[in-house]
This record gives sequence, C-alpha cells and structure tokens, in this order.
Amino acid sequence: MIEEAARELAARGESARRVARDPVNLPMIRNWTEAIGDDNPTYEHYAPPAMAQVWTMPGLAGQRPADDPLGAMVAVLDEAGYTSVVATDSEQTYHRYLSPGETVEVSSRLDGVTGPKRTALGEGWFVTTRSTWYVGDEPVAEMMFRVLKFRPSGVAGTAIRPAVSSDTEFFWAGTALGELRIQRCGGCGRLRHPPGPMCPSCRQTRPGYVVAAGEGTVYSYVVHHHPPVPGRAAPFVVALVELTEGVRMLAELVGVPPSEVHIGLEVRVGFSRVDGELTLPVWRRR
Amino acid sequence: MTAAIAGIGATEFSKDSGRSELALAAHAGLAAITDAGLRPSDVDGMVTFTMDANAETALARELGVPELTFFGRVPYGGGAACAVVAHAAMAVATGAASTVLCYRAFNERSGRRFGQVHTPDGVDNGWHYPMGLVTPAASVAMFARRYQHEYDVTSEDFGRVAVLDRRAAATNPNAWFHGRPITLADHQASRWIVEPLRLLDCCQETDGAVALVVTTVDRARDLPRHPVVIAAAAQGSAADQFTMHSYYRDDLTGLPELGLVGRALWAGSGIGPEDLSALVLYDHFTPFVLVQLEELGFCARGEARHLLADGTLELDGRLPLNPHGGQLGEAYVHGMNGITEAVRQLRGTAANQIRDAEHVLVTAGTGVPTSGLVLSR
Ligand SMILES: [Zn+2]
Repeated sequence: MIEEAARELAARGESARRVARDPVNLPMIRNWTEAIGDDNPTYEHYAPPAMAQVWTMPGLAGQRPADDPLGAMVAVLDEAGYTSVVATDSEQTYHRYLSPGETVEVSSRLDGVTGPKRTALGEGWFVTTRSTWYVGDEPVAEMMFRVLKFRPSGVAGTAIRPAVSSDTEFFWAGTALGELRIQRCGGCGRLRHPPGPMCPSCRQTRPGYVVAAGEGTVYSYVVHHHPPVPGRAAPFVVALVELTEGVRMLAELVGVPPSEVHIGLEVRVGFSRVDGELTLPVWRRR
Repeated sequence: MTAAIAGIGATEFSKDSGRSELALAAHAGLAAITDAGLRPSDVDGMVTFTMDANAETALARELGVPELTFFGRVPYGGGAACAVVAHAAMAVATGAASTVLCYRAFNERSGRRFGQVHTPDGVDNGWHYPMGLVTPAASVAMFARRYQHEYDVTSEDFGRVAVLDRRAAATNPNAWFHGRPITLADHQASRWIVEPLRLLDCCQETDGAVALVVTTVDRARDLPRHPVVIAAAAQGSAADQFTMHSYYRDDLTGLPELGLVGRALWAGSGIGPEDLSALVLYDHFTPFVLVQLEELGFCARGEARHLLADGTLELDGRLPLNPHGGQLGEAYVHGMNGITEAVRQLRGTAANQIRDAEHVLVTAGTGVPTSGLVLSR
C-alpha cells in the first residue's frame, strides 16, 4: 500500500510551480545575514545561495499546496501508523547567484520512499523529495530533502512488555537472538507452550527447550480495528499459530493484508526488535 | 441448598455516575439491605470480586455495619458473578455468617474502561498482550473466529443475540437502551471492533452498582420478601485454563469450565435444562452466548444459531433468554445485574415478567474461570 502510493506519487513528477511571495530583496537579505552572522560584503549585491528556500517559504499561515508530494506521502504514512517524523539530511546545489529583483518559483517531486527500515527510533520509511528553484525556465538551485517517518512503537515505554519470570526468560532470551524456543521437559520430553516450571505430564522440574523450526499454520486470528493500540496501526492481525512441533503460539501476523488472512495460512516466524530489552516474535507469510 | 437471596439493590445504570465507586457500593448495599427488610447491623458477612476497588472494611464503615465474621473475594473478573453468591451461601450454610452482603460497584465507563487497552501484570498475560491482543473483545474474537470456521457460523448468527437483548431492553425502564431496539441490519452495519466482532457484538461499559443479601432459607422466610432459594451454585475451572486466553486446548469451540458448572448445577439442584423458566446468560460478547447454550446442553454443538433464529429464546418463546436485556441492553455490572433480574423474575416483579417463573439459570463471565446459579421460587 505504501509502496504503491509512493510509485503513484513519484510518477506524477514535478508539482505545479509555486511563486515566491516577494522578489529577491535587500531588506530580507540583510535580516537573514544578520541573523546568521554572515558579514560577507558580496551580499550587498547578491543573495546568499543558501537563501534559495527562504524566498519561497509560504509564511506562518501558509499551507502546503495540495499537489505537494511530501505532504501527500506524509499523509499516507500517517495513515499507516508511521506518525512521527524527523528530518535526516538535506543537500543543496546552487547553479548561480540570485540578484535583488528576480522572482523565483519552486516545484517539488517525490524522489523515492524506502522501507520499512528498523531504526533506533522505531520502524520507519525514508522519504526523499527533490525541489528545484527556477527563474523563468532556468533552474537556479536544487535541494534533496529526506525525512524519516517512523512508528513510535520502538520508543521505549510505549510497547506493552511481558512480565518475565525465571520460568519464561529463556523464551525472551531466544527471541532476542532470533530463535523461537519451545519448552521441552527434561524428564519426558514433552513440548509445551506457554511454558511453566513443572511438567504437567511427569511432574519433573527440569525444563529445557528446543529451537522451533519456526513454521506453522494459522489456527485462528483476529483483525484489530478499535480501540487504538500504542505502537500499532489498525487494522492489524494477531494470529494463533499451530507450529509444526505441535504447540500453539500467538503473535502479530505482519506483511499480509487482513483480507488475505485465513485459517490454514502457512506462516514462518520472524522477529521484531522493539528495543534493547524486548524482541517480539511475528508471523510472516511462508 | 439452605440459602436464599432475601434482598436486592442497585444504583441507576449510567455512563457517568458523578460519584465515587464507594458511594455507588454504599447506595446499592443499603438498597439491598432495606429491600430484605433488614438493617445494616444485621449484616455480618461480605463477598465481592477481587477486581472491586471497594474494601469490605470501607463499605462496612459507610453502611455502619459494625462487625464482620466472614469476608472473601472471588477472582477472574465477571467469572465471579455467581460465585460471590456461592461463597455467601456456603458461609450461611456453615454458620460462618448469618447475613452476607454481595456487591459489585464500579465507574466502568467514566473511570477505568475495560474496553480500552490495558497492560495487566502476570506472566500469563505476557503471551498475549505484547503481541497486540490487548482487549477483552480481541481475546474473545480469537475463539469466535475458530467457532465460525468449524460450524459455519456467521456474523448474523452472533448478531441475533444483540437483537434479542436489545428487544428486551427496549421495554425495561431500568435498561440503558430502554426504548432503543436494533435490527439485524443495524448489527451488520455497525463497525468492526476486532473482526469477527462488530460494535454491537460487544456489551456496553457502565457506571453502577448491584448488591444482594444472602441468608438462610429459614431466616429468609421470616422476612417480608418472598425468598428466592439458591437451588444450586457452582464454580468451574477446567483443564489448561487461562484467563481469557485458553488457546492451548485441543478444542477452541467450547467453554469446558462452563460445562463443568452446568453439570454441577443440574446435579446439585435436581433441576435440568427442561425445567427452566428463563435463562440469564452472561453476554459480554455475543459469540459466547451461543457456546454457552451448547455447553449447557440446550442444543448440540454448533446448533445454537438455530435456537436464536427460531424464536425459542424470545420473551414470548419457550425459554426466554435475558429478559432484562442482558449486559448488551440493560447494563454491564459484571453479571450481577443478571442475578438480580433472576430474583425479580422469581418474585414476579420484573419489567418483562415471564409468567409463572419457577426456576431461572444464571451464568457468569465466560472465557474465564466461571460460575453459575439455579435460583428457584
Ligand atoms: Zn515431563
């Protein structure tokens, strides 16, 4: 859905040109250079190239044009639950100096959207746009601008954490290593999930574990719509899976549209790192 | 059984009581004691839910109950509803107390809403909540999906429970949804909460309190109200039991803990499914009403949808279900308002009175260790 929207927005190419509110002018140059602390005397005659974006700023009450590709892509990602944003990097290219009296216009296009990527902030998508400033038909400056739109789930404190006891810590130590562990009785060999300290078959208290192959089929599932869940964007699927080893286990099913999920769907385990202390198992389509 | 329900009381059912939970408990408690023809000083025992925020000591102070010789709590949320009466009955049967006040009071809509996301403690919950299964509706939906799959049950089959409840609530002046029946089309048009559950498959959230007084049958006969005899009371927890998440049993389409309760009730009371005048089945979510009908023996597995469709369970049917409107229609007071409805039916004072009601079955929360009652005239 995200990639489709990104392709569609990128295919639209450049947005309509937006004209600067004022021509390049000396009073604005003076305010800017004083604020920056740049006393280069050249700027009595030309505008500092880094001011390119300044000329087309929409003002405090300004609104993004409807065809602005960054605004449209941000809306798609907001909808998908990637609600937080941080600017990551920007590169500007200047083709020539601008002189007072020249009027610039700007236009933007979506360069690309990559993801989902695991970052320190959480899972997110990098959105790259390119803007070009023109005088007439002549490009005078360009800017690559990249933001990370991320799902704040990875931020410590928002995730729902399991209570872990000495009976269950082996499981969570396993997920952190990318292993799906099933308790195995040291006495009779019975596999058991959820695990516990005493085997209900032979009453021995020597539990060990095996590493599951990580494959199974959906035994039942739900599609969560309401209420909002911190760190997850609805609708999302939670599935109870019967592993090939014979035990059932619950986790979120990711990467499959809810309408395509069905009982019997074949899945494989994956691991979703929330932070340094918690990695959750997830199911993916096999 | 040697115990009876001698008095019942409740607050109004609202979405914002404007009072503390203790104030609600005191109001309902005093109403129940007064209804029984007793004084607070006659009460010497109290039982409530582990989840109730009101300490027995606090309620005793408010009511002016001077001494308690018995007090206890029952865990597992709404599964405790009939069990608090069971514990009270055992207390009066053994002489641990003579007069026990059972109560449940909460601001469950204006305060802590059960329908929102919570992060409960406990190792068991760690296998479900962190994975995104975070509300009671989601927990039940997992069972409901499998039940649909195995028995070709549809969303409309679930919806008939809601329609039935709301139809009864429409003519019950104490019901939140008084005068507001729904159609099956309304149910089908209601938004998804957690598929396969729609909004109208989920009970309401309520501010309110319900209380009742349990004493010996002999003592109850000397009081002004016609005693409602506790013919049988039982609790049940079955193999591989979890709270809301018994997902690791071979079969996900039954409620074995409720089957256990049912068998104990029939054996304890000598009353069977065919002897009942009405059913009050716990209806926090519609799918488990169907499963309860099957588990209690009113029909075969997978057949409850026919009972709901053929009119058997309507107010004018052979075996009326939830004549007060249930928790979907009247109020959600963790099943306690279902017990007081059974008492009203047996006294002959219900809003939607069933003619010549003799025996009424009441069940408690499902998907959790549960309980049940058979009450008799
Ligand atoms: Zn063993």
